[in-house]
Amino acid sequence: MRKIRIQEEYCMGCRLCEIHCITQHSKNKNIIKTYKGTYSKPLSRVVVEEKGYISFALQCRHCEDAPCLDACITGAMYRDDKTGAILCNEDKCIGCWMCIMVCPFGAISRNLQGGKIVSKCDLCGNEDIPVCVKNCPNEAIVLEGK
Amino acid sequence: MEYVIIGNGVASQSAIKAIRESDQKNRIIVISDESYISYSRPLISYFLGNQVKRKSISHLNEKFYEKNDVELILNNKAVKIDLKAQKVLLEDGKKIHFDKVLIAVGGKPIIPEIKGIQSAGVFNLLKLSDAEGISQYLKEKRVRKAVVIGGGLIGLKTTEALMELGIEVTIIELADRILSASLNKKASNIVEKALKNDNCHLYFNNTVKEIKQKRGRVNEIVLSSDEKILTDLVIISIGVRPNGDLVKDMPIKHKNGIIVNQYMETNVQNIFAAGDCCAAKDLFAEKNRLIAIWPIAVKQGRIAGYNLSSKKTLYPGGFPMNSVELCGIPVMSVGMSDPKNIDCEIFEEFKPNKSIYKKMIIRDNQLKGFILVGDIDRAGIYTGLIRNAINISSIKNKLLKNNFGLLNLPETYRKDLITEKEVSINVY
Repeated sequence: MRKIRIQEEYCMGCRLCEIHCITQHSKNKNIIKTYKGTYSKPLSRVVVEEKGYISFALQCRHCEDAPCLDACITGAMYRDDKTGAILCNEDKCIGCWMCIMVCPFGAISRNLQGGKIVSKCDLCGNEDIPVCVKNCPNEAIVLEGK
Repeated sequence: MEYVIIGNGVASQSAIKAIRESDQKNRIIVISDESYISYSRPLISYFLGNQVKRKSISHLNEKFYEKNDVELILNNKAVKIDLKAQKVLLEDGKKIHFDKVLIAVGGKPIIPEIKGIQSAGVFNLLKLSDAEGISQYLKEKRVRKAVVIGGGLIGLKTTEALMELGIEVTIIELADRILSASLNKKASNIVEKALKNDNCHLYFNNTVKEIKQKRGRVNEIVLSSDEKILTDLVIISIGVRPNGDLVKDMPIKHKNGIIVNQYMETNVQNIFAAGDCCAAKDLFAEKNRLIAIWPIAVKQGRIAGYNLSSKKTLYPGGFPMNSVELCGIPVMSVGMSDPKNIDCEIFEEFKPNKSIYKKMIIRDNQLKGFILVGDIDRAGIYTGLIRNAINISSIKNKLLKNNFGLLNLPETYRKDLITEKEVSINVY
């Protein structure tokens, strides 16, 4: 099962992870077009917290015993058989926010563009390495597991 | 060995998965008095309002029962558990032998005694068949106005659904505000304002004393204040109580729910209970308590399933929590959200023109509950504080600051969370 481990002592708060996450989840996957284009940018699924000298990037932990899976009343939240990642089927999500209420990491956001659904890390689906991990210049987030 | 599960909701589903983790051999028989495969009751109002399609109301696929080797008996009510003969008696006379039973029969709507309540056009909204009945009625009759009796969670979700369908709704509520069980007046007011803006009428401190009909169907209600309101449809949503029909003449202890120990077992050996019909350990109260919400039914069902299949597992206890969006405003209440106890420290933020209200309830230096209206971002962080009973004395003034995040939490708890050490992420 793949996981992203956080090493906060190496995080500089550069937020490249956020930029690449947004680009990866945009329609064109092109950084210039995403940031300069006319469509609204997708949300970043990685949250960068910063306070004084401490910073770290946090995304969905894809927990083994995920509270969001239990809280979801539509079955939109499900676990991918192959990767073990917790994914959200956006077609089923009705925006009740139960998952946001139970995630102790605050890793799920409300996506209010268009319909009302949640937004969270999907471990970048078909990529072999999630783009946040790939583009972190300092290994503040590293991939673990297969 | 035979496991018999009475009830086909999410607690039952959860129990099946748990049992099958370690026991693929023994028979599991599920008995339901409804005619559907397991579905999500919280979705009923979304189905009524056409926001969720009929096929999406169950997140089980039909193969679930086949895959898990479950024998499903539908349209048959379990009417008695014969402990001596070890048989469950069904409505049609069939007798099902059991070695262990899980009672997961959920709740029943409270039906008030109102003259004329039997009129056509008066409905509950708890089960899928209720929603289908209402949908059918809407197809056959012209419904322009509706009255919803009860301004709790179900009443409000019903109101949303009816308003989605273009129906003018009037809510009659006994208390002085909507959602009186979980919100205080400031929080309720924000939603009430939004409802009124959407042409919904609200009556407080009032009840319905008579339902009148004309040409065989409902056409008017009379309030206890004597006021009359014309209506084409009445939905009763006063509340739900645990379904105690099965256990009422049995030696199974029940009071506001079937009482279970920390292994989800009743006082009768090999009889378990889970979900909306049972009263289990409440994390913050001394007594057991019924907490009729989806995630608790999931958890209790799973733990009951483990214990049924002899994998002894403790239920850690739960606390109430609810999240819903009404009139486009997110409303969340978790834990002890409206304490009558003066022993609590309260931190509030009220921005009515932005439809924002926030309240943190603290006691013994721990967060015990919160209400969030309008801004619910990262609310689960607070829920984690409640669940893990974290001492927040150093940060209580900061709980409501903008962009409150993990970095504002006590350092050791935060580091444990991030490295996923030992803290409970299971918030209920």
